[in-house]
Amino acid sequence: MAAAYLGAGTSSFTEFLRSAAPDLLPAARLMAGGAADAGPGALPHGTTIVAAAFAGGVVMAGDRRATAGNMISQRDIEKVFRSDQYSCIGIAGVAGIGVELVRLFQVELEHYEKLEGRVLSTEGKANRLARIVRDNLGGAMQGFVVVPLFAGYDTDRGTGRIFSYDVAGGRYEEHRFHSIGSGSVFARGSLKKLYADQMSQADAVLACMQALYDAADDDAATGGPDVTRRIYPVVVTVTADGFRRLTDAESGAVAEAVIADRMRSPDGPTSALRQPAGPAGPAG
Amino acid sequence: MPFYVSPEQAMKDKADYARKGIARGRSGVVIQYDGGILFVAPNPSRALHKISEIYDRIAFAAVGRYNEYEALRKAGVRHADLTGYQYDRQDVTARGLANWYAQTLGTIFTDSPKPFEVEIVVAEVGETPAEDQIYRITFDGSVNDEHGYVAMGGQADKISAVLKERYVEGASVSDALAVAIAGLQAQANGDRAEITAGQLEVAVLERGRDHRTFRRIAGAPLEALLAEATAAAPAVAAEGEAAGGGAAGGEGAEPVGGSGAPDGGSATAGRGGTAPPGGEQARPPAGDGGAGG
Repeated sequence: MAAAYLGAGTSSFTEFLRSAAPDLLPAARLMAGGAADAGPGALPHGTTIVAAAFAGGVVMAGDRRATAGNMISQRDIEKVFRSDQYSCIGIAGVAGIGVELVRLFQVELEHYEKLEGRVLSTEGKANRLARIVRDNLGGAMQGFVVVPLFAGYDTDRGTGRIFSYDVAGGRYEEHRFHSIGSGSVFARGSLKKLYADQMSQADAVLACMQALYDAADDDAATGGPDVTRRIYPVVVTVTADGFRRLTDAESGAVAEAVIADRMRSPDGPTSALRQPAGPAGPAG
Repeated sequence: MPFYVSPEQAMKDKADYARKGIARGRSGVVIQYDGGILFVAPNPSRALHKISEIYDRIAFAAVGRYNEYEALRKAGVRHADLTGYQYDRQDVTARGLANWYAQTLGTIFTDSPKPFEVEIVVAEVGETPAEDQIYRITFDGSVNDEHGYVAMGGQADKISAVLKERYVEGASVSDALAVAIAGLQAQANGDRAEITAGQLEVAVLERGRDHRTFRRIAGAPLEALLAEATAAAPAVAAEGEAAGGGAAGGEGAEPVGGSGAPDGGSATAGRGGTAPPGGEQARPPAGDGGAGG
């Protein structure tokens, strides 16, 4: 047993688990034929997560609802997490497995850093996450789909970066904004109209909050801000100063500003039908 | 083996072999201060570390053969991360890790043809100083529960003697560093040990930090801390004398090479100001129980 620990081995925690304790890998327990009969519909599901790059970093926000079938199974579930000092991860799909994947990813990043004495590159982190997603493909085929959205601040480039994934572990870099989950279609449409390159952090946070509101408006599995219980979307930013989660007071203030505007204009800010002609604008 | 060797002889040979190997190398000091636990080791290399982080509140320090204690360090990180993943982060303890190291090193000592020539310390910073833990594990798997300070390596006896005189509970980090350096300078077999920022590896486990408490101190911050420690040295040495430690003699300020004037980068550079205690004491026979295993 000690041989697995003492060997020259690997700096990857996932690979170490594979050799020393394979039953702890998330995928392993699915293969053992757990709740396949119950069907994924009975497990907590559904989400919208949005991420947007701004001048100096990236913001990610996620709603707080977990649904099991047609019931709300949790009102205040958190789906956006800190993965390390300069990155964050949001999950869509089966909540129980998603949270386990996040935990594994967090340990994976810290494990590498402690063993190697350096932090992984942004691509390295994105690739390790792709591997973890790929390992869940068997489970995904049984219906236990989990898909993450990964974003971070690249200290070498000095910009925020966003990566999306498919269930096979394919990873794709997104350059402006992205959204995942059952409400992502609506959120993406909303961000398409609200987003501008090199926005300020405050504007990017507001745009994400608007997008989540629009997603909750049209997708039953996405929850809007719960003002009576003061449960607001989880909003995090990652900049040169590192990961920071907005306090409930801060995200609450943004949510309530959005709601106040919607009282006057329920469909949200309208954008101009035609782009005003300008010196740098394309003709027509 | 071609001839019969009694088990006692075989074990004694292994133990002597390991002690000799450890005695050949440099030493290390682990010492408590008011804000946590300080680790100090002479180490001119910037790439190869003797002191490392294991987990949120746990650190690892080692002396001896590098590739062997490096393997133990990695194994410790794996064990800690696995425990924290299986249970929870707060369920990873230095005690559990020390026990695991004891088992592993004990097995290696008896089963392998060659024992590991290492001595390691696993320390955990608690919420209060009373809850700090320091464990020293030797090449044969013996665990010692240490309090306040511990010296590791071939000259541990001499270093411990100095630490014992000068250790003050609840000292500041710079005072603790001064005490640690005084101890390390006592190890010299007559040659002058230069203690500059470039020659030292220093790290702390800071009680007050959130999540990961381990922090290395290097470069400019280390030079500043050494300067502070040097300035504090006369006071530290005076306490040592008052406590009856004659080793420092009349040259109270010498041990950290300062005449009270902090010298920016190199506290003892060019002064050859190693503590006379090292030179005055008798040269110990090589490998003489230095590791205390």
